[in-house]
Amino acid sequence: MTANLVARSGSGSAARPAGSPVLSVKDLHVTFGSEAGDVRAVRGVSYDLHPGQVLGIVGESGSGKSVSAMAVLGLLPDNARVTGSVELEGRELLGLSDREMSKARGKDIAMVFQDPLSALTPVFTVGDQIVEALTVHRRLSKDAARERALELLDVVGIPDPRRRFKNFPHEFSGGMRQRVMIAMAIANDPKVILCDEPTTALDVTIQAQILEALKSAQELTGAAILMITHDLGVVAGFADRVSVMYAGRPVETGAVDEIYYRPRMPYTIGLLGSIPRLGTAGHGRRPLTPIEGTPPSMVDLPDACPFVARCPIAVSACQAAEPELLPAGPDSHPSACHRRADLESGTIPIDEVYPLPVIPETSLDAVPRAERQPVLEVKDLSKHFPLLRGAVFKRRVGTVKAVDGISFEIREGETLGLVGESGCGKTTTLMEILELVAPQAGSIAVFGREAANLSGRERMEMRKDIQIVFQDPMASLDPRMPVGDAIAEPLRTHGWSADRAAARVSELLKLVGLEPYHAARFPREFSGGQRQRICVARALALSPKVVILDEPVSALDVSIQAGVINLLDELRAKLGLSYLFVAHDLSVVRHIADRVAVMYLGRIVEIGDVASVFHAPSHPYTQALLSAIPLPDPRRERERSRILLPGDLPSPANVPSGCRFRDRCFKYASLNEAEQVKCRDEDPTIVARPGEADHATACHFAAALEVV
Amino acid sequence: MTIQLIDDGHTPETVGGGPVASTAAGRARLVWRRFRRNKLAVAGLAGLVLLFLFAFFGPSLTHWKAGDNDFLNTQTGPGSDHFFGTDDAGHDMFAQTVSGMRKSLNIGLLVAALSTGAAGILGTAAAYFGGWWDKVIVWLTDLFLVVPSLLMLIILSPYFQGANWIVLIPMIALFNWMITSRVVRGMTLTVREREFVRAARYMGVPAWTIIRRHILPNISSILIVDYTLNVGAAIVTESFLSFLGFGIRTPDVSLGTVINDGSTFAGTDQWYLFAFPASFLVLIILCVNFIGDGLRDALDPNSTGVSAR
Amino acid sequence: MGAFIVRRLLNYAVLVFIATSLAYLGAATAFHPKDMYLHKNPPAPAVVMYRELDERDSNPDKPVFERYAHWVDGVAHGDFGKTWDLDSVSKHFSISVWVTVRLVSVAAVLSAVLGVLIGSFQAVRQYKVSDHSITFASYVIFAMPVFVLAPFLKLIAVQVNKAVGGDTPLLQYQGEIDPNATGFFGQLFSRADHLLLPTISLSLGLIAFYSRYQRGTMLDVMGSDFLRTARAKGLRKGRAILKHGVRTAVIPVMTLVTYSTITTFAGAIITERVFGWNGLGSWFTDATNHADVNSVAMITLFSAVLVLIAGMLSDVITAVLDPRVRL
Repeated sequence: MTANLVARSGSGSAARPAGSPVLSVKDLHVTFGSEAGDVRAVRGVSYDLHPGQVLGIVGESGSGKSVSAMAVLGLLPDNARVTGSVELEGRELLGLSDREMSKARGKDIAMVFQDPLSALTPVFTVGDQIVEALTVHRRLSKDAARERALELLDVVGIPDPRRRFKNFPHEFSGGMRQRVMIAMAIANDPKVILCDEPTTALDVTIQAQILEALKSAQELTGAAILMITHDLGVVAGFADRVSVMYAGRPVETGAVDEIYYRPRMPYTIGLLGSIPRLGTAGHGRRPLTPIEGTPPSMVDLPDACPFVARCPIAVSACQAAEPELLPAGPDSHPSACHRRADLESGTIPIDEVYPLPVIPETSLDAVPRAERQPVLEVKDLSKHFPLLRGAVFKRRVGTVKAVDGISFEIREGETLGLVGESGCGKTTTLMEILELVAPQAGSIAVFGREAANLSGRERMEMRKDIQIVFQDPMASLDPRMPVGDAIAEPLRTHGWSADRAAARVSELLKLVGLEPYHAARFPREFSGGQRQRICVARALALSPKVVILDEPVSALDVSIQAGVINLLDELRAKLGLSYLFVAHDLSVVRHIADRVAVMYLGRIVEIGDVASVFHAPSHPYTQALLSAIPLPDPRRERERSRILLPGDLPSPANVPSGCRFRDRCFKYASLNEAEQVKCRDEDPTIVARPGEADHATACHFAAALEVV
Repeated sequence: MTIQLIDDGHTPETVGGGPVASTAAGRARLVWRRFRRNKLAVAGLAGLVLLFLFAFFGPSLTHWKAGDNDFLNTQTGPGSDHFFGTDDAGHDMFAQTVSGMRKSLNIGLLVAALSTGAAGILGTAAAYFGGWWDKVIVWLTDLFLVVPSLLMLIILSPYFQGANWIVLIPMIALFNWMITSRVVRGMTLTVREREFVRAARYMGVPAWTIIRRHILPNISSILIVDYTLNVGAAIVTESFLSFLGFGIRTPDVSLGTVINDGSTFAGTDQWYLFAFPASFLVLIILCVNFIGDGLRDALDPNSTGVSAR
Repeated sequence: MGAFIVRRLLNYAVLVFIATSLAYLGAATAFHPKDMYLHKNPPAPAVVMYRELDERDSNPDKPVFERYAHWVDGVAHGDFGKTWDLDSVSKHFSISVWVTVRLVSVAAVLSAVLGVLIGSFQAVRQYKVSDHSITFASYVIFAMPVFVLAPFLKLIAVQVNKAVGGDTPLLQYQGEIDPNATGFFGQLFSRADHLLLPTISLSLGLIAFYSRYQRGTMLDVMGSDFLRTARAKGLRKGRAILKHGVRTAVIPVMTLVTYSTITTFAGAIITERVFGWNGLGSWFTDATNHADVNSVAMITLFSAVLVLIAGMLSDVITAVLDPRVRL
């Protein structure tokens, strides 16, 4: 079961590092006692980390990747039993007392956590917290510690460190807080930095900044990095070596190129096949290959391949024993699969491990867009909120321009992707549409009928035609209601009899790939992906024409995500639906949408068909956004150069004059004085790109640039 | 810690395989299983059942009635005839205690039902409808919190002392709903923004139906727990008033009056006149609180046991 | 910002006014002041009765709103009327309030400090024997209302005194001070002795309450990411908990402590009665028994004001302790 992650014959880009490893983990096991039995969260993890090397650990939730890192630091709760060996420069760490372990923590091994919102103590200033990280480990005068802390803030790219030093964590944005975490991590020039999903909670342009900051921190300290993430894109560009974890143990490990281009374990193959890709050239969708089923429970695992239930190429040997992590051939990296030899020899072609699902075409696809009916028209929609401040004395201090004049239309059978980072107003837009009343400004029309003019009865009728699927499938189902009742709720509300509704519920459950007898069960008995299918079934109950999808897959693991995306694709074709698909993940939008609208600070800055917007983006923000997305393709990642946007996402309470993007715009910086004045003073309107059928941009100096 | 372990009771036992019967009874069973695990809560439940049986069947154990005076045996110690002894007027303490307990338990259950019910309706309505509903109800809540409730009850005591003791029930309830109402309002504000409530709104479900179907069931845990704890609080309030002479009056007895009568003997050799009724009161409150906390843990495993104020 | 403070204060003033008015009107209609005179033995002559009732502005033959208007007018001019024995309400108040302050001050401070310490200790040693025993003890204390606890303490004191013997009882439980005590230290000791039992009677419940709350917030903090960060920096467990944990967990508890402490000063009816202290609580029950509307209204006014001060102050304390909250 134990295997060394250092491949015996590396053939990837990273040359085998010389010298002894700085961190060496051998046969690490972590078990938690629980009522249901022992949870074996980590079952034999081994790796060597050499100075300056980056090892990526990839896995989905529950794969044990975070727990193994916490075990290295000795920060697991008391009910965890840890066995194996963790050596830091030859010194065994497991079994050290808290006092001795504290000397290594933060000094030789530092850590950057996932959620920068809660990882800093709210009641101390940022400066004091960095100073503390320094003074815990060495004697420093107050001034010296302060100087060093200021230097660190500067290194990680926090502007105006002297002022920011005295700020509290809540006065920092998420990205800035993560920079503070990095500053604390590198404070004592550690040998190893453990990063646990360091960018997961951040927006994509901020993620690019943080990854850059981590890279320069590593160059500065020469530390080795252990990068734990679920995002295959992040690892592709950042790590030298990758280890894929499943059910508490590594199932495949090797140099990045090896893993991405020559995977030898069906789980890895499935993961790679289930990510939507930004760079898929040409039209026509390549369907994603979802991995069916869910990971096994970590209690009482049998001696079998833990992936067997989900594996399309499982044979009887897979049921009989858990495969060891061994190389598939003389030139290959270790993988834990009984069929690795067949995959290595090509007996089973990698592309054919998972059957390609067939997504039906719809007759509407043949009809030109101009000839289809518009189903949803939004014109100059605005939504402003009062900005309140103060817990004791509440008062209005400004206006949040959440949505500030946006227009778009969706036609029959078409999917419009609405993308943007947090605070851009995309969710507010949805909520305004769904209220089906007159908006603060502008108009909303469904099938050509103005929402503002509807009577109560007509509005009720219209609700049948427009339905929503929310982001979090757990929150959008009433936990106290059997899913059958939840799906029947819209039917019953609109006057269906109990019998008719019950029949329809069965039909809907089948439609989304579940069984009719599931109707009697409660939401908590389903996995995330299944719950989201139930939400889709509920949204489709009244046969709506438009379905609004609010980040429908972002709460799901990648392998589950693919199944839901395919389902949505299939339903659109089968039922002739129109989607308004809101997402922050541009790859997903690239995959599913026909047209895309990019939002920034309450405005649409670029809109058009996916091919034009993704391959010839002409607004600097779209260009930066696309370039910030890490591709799950190591070779292309190495060749790309990123456009890094400076600064934080601005607040919709404080919109700059003229072009609202100019203070972060790389193009603005390169303009001459006269041109800059234009950006400063004139708010650009959205205008069609000359010579393109369906593409418009709100930039005074729009010019196409290929970035993906 | 953000380490994901199995979160008790919410493990997605992934659906597959054959049909398994699973209904609302499933949830009740789950709650009961968690409740049973809490030894104190089970002890509290058993204790309360015994106390109830005692309060309602206790009188048949003795031939003395609460109002009887045994002038031949005043100030006797606990014995075979007077189990808990007699006071200086020859009242049988056992009969008095049992009768007082019955009254106190009745008052506790009814007051809690009234105040928790009112708090549930006002709290959800304020939070769900917002606007003027919210403003008025919140203002009323604030007002009742500013009015010192115990003082008000004492001031108003002449009103209900002449009348039937039943009047005491709405009076105590009137000054006992505010905290629960605040908590309910706070929870409703959260539940209201939950996506399943928004989904229901966007499919056109009427407001009161949403409150009934989605909001009340989802805050039922707080209502059940608060009901239990309010029973204890109401019994204490009633005993407090009666102890000071502003609550139940002779010929009616409640635990408060009996404890008050007994408390004058606390510093004497007849301390048992105080100890018996006082112990029963403490036992009732103890059991009720054990049950309340046990229910909270069982219904809402993520709560920390800190009641919001 | 000024306008917001003014608006909030104004709202408070309205609430206090309504609360006090309710108390006045409630008392004025519920009380039967005539009975006091008629039940005297021998009954007071009608002339005397009406003269005294008029002097107290409590003549039930006068319409209640007329009396109320007169009372409001008086209060506006700083005159709170007369008590049942024709004393000035303001004077009586200024004496009683200090009795209450002397009674509850020690208990208020003591219970806040002990409550926070015990709660934190429990959270750090969660599910250990000490945690379970303290939790059980707080359950028992919660189940003991003051009118059970105070006589119970008295019962114990009597037994202790009996066991110790001696001329003067060791534990005192009646009044504020022994009038025969002499010398500075003699008086000080006598005061402390008299304060001991009432302080326990007042504090136990509060300690149990605060420690439960502190334990809860502390447990939340124990699982927090920032505590993990502190330890990942290299702080040892105990130090991380003390510096980062307690400091954060104490914020919500301090709000509660401030609130309860201030409202304690409205009087401790039972404790004052059982241990014979003539504070606001005793005054209130006496006033009710003597159908004294003016005193009752005064004490209600005072406690309503305290509730509002408590609310304001706990908000301010939160803002001082928690940088996330701005005034």
